Amino acid sequence: MQIDLRTVTIKPLRQTFDNIARRIGADKPASRYQEGTLDMQQEANYHYRPTWDPDHLIYDRDRTAIRMADWYSFKDPRQFYYGAYTLARAKQQDTAEANFDFVENRGLAATLPEDLRATVLQLLLPLRHVAWGANMNNAAVCAYGYGTAFTQPCIYQAMDQLGIAQYLTRVGLLLGDVEVLDTAKQSWMDDDTWQGLRRYVEDTMVLKDPFELFVAQNVALDGLLYPLVYETIIDDVLSAQGGTPVAMLTQFMTDWHAETRKWTDATMKTAAAESGDNKEVLGKWVTHWRDRAASALLPVARIAVGERSDELTAEVVQQFNARMAKAGVAL
Amino acid sequence: MSTVFLALQTNEETRPIIEAILQDNPNAVVDEQPAMVKINADGRLVVRRETIEEIIGREYDLQEMQVNMITMSGNLDQTDDEITLFWKS
Repeated sequence: MQIDLRTVTIKPLRQTFDNIARRIGADKPASRYQEGTLDMQQEANYHYRPTWDPDHLIYDRDRTAIRMADWYSFKDPRQFYYGAYTLARAKQQDTAEANFDFVENRGLAATLPEDLRATVLQLLLPLRHVAWGANMNNAAVCAYGYGTAFTQPCIYQAMDQLGIAQYLTRVGLLLGDVEVLDTAKQSWMDDDTWQGLRRYVEDTMVLKDPFELFVAQNVALDGLLYPLVYETIIDDVLSAQGGTPVAMLTQFMTDWHAETRKWTDATMKTAAAESGDNKEVLGKWVTHWRDRAASALLPVARIAVGERSDELTAEVVQQFNARMAKAGVAL
Repeated sequence: MSTVFLALQTNEETRPIIEAILQDNPNAVVDEQPAMVKINADGRLVVRRETIEEIIGREYDLQEMQVNMITMSGNLDQTDDEITLFWKS
């Protein structure tokens, strides 16, 4: 008996869900990111308004001054949906663990000059509280924003900030003892150096407009803090003084900011390109929060670079302005 | 001119690569087979790293493509930025 094997091509009748086919066309398969993002947030059949805010729906376009014809025109260039996001971060976590192990096993923390070690502790540890504020803020943007394309990356951002706070804690425990955490909290609460930044963080926590909060937190504050503290002070200035082990421990923060910047820029670009009104509102917010963030960071930078603080902050602000101009936000 | 081709598995990873190839090669013809996508082109086919990176939104190493590549035909010229398939005349 002879059996002939034959391949039969079975053409799928549908390439993707109808709601996605309506957006991208029915003839091509959708990516996981598209399927996990587009139209995910419920839009209809709300019988009751939330008792805690009867003027709005649970998901309401009117909570922000930014107007979009379609809130799904935002696109995360990293295309993070839950799977892609966790895989990417798991990989980075492995790298970070390896870096911590390297520094620990070779006793590199002990090779740091004493004054440098003190500077790093003073500069980095209070930033745990800033990261925690960023976590809260991003969770708020996710809760009150409209449309999964805009809100989804914010909850990832919130988790990342929690991770950053944990890395900072571990840096503290590696370079010092448990009491360095209390000292940092004390500085955060009482030191004049930190009060500007603390006020900034606390003021953003009560912002009602989710898009303004996004601008104040992810664009303005993170857009100045990360280039200034991690890229400039840790990676350049302190590394040159023998602080390379610290740069290894904060590698995640540097890489993370370079990555998330793509998303914040894309989001700003889409919102600004939508209309002249959006552009004007964004310009106003960015200018306001940038100036506040820059003056709040000035004394913080002084901890590590003293007199050069003004010069370095001005440089970072200049780069930030160029970034915003590229994203189409007029300042 | 003879045809060069590239055959890739059909999966989530190759979809953006195929999209990029089609963008960069207007003369490419897609032949969808069970679990395999074959891309034919007359004489020359280019795979560009930049186009793929734009679509997937992350950095891409062209060697990653080998994991999903079933077969190919043509002379191969590979750099960090491009893979070119062609026939030497």
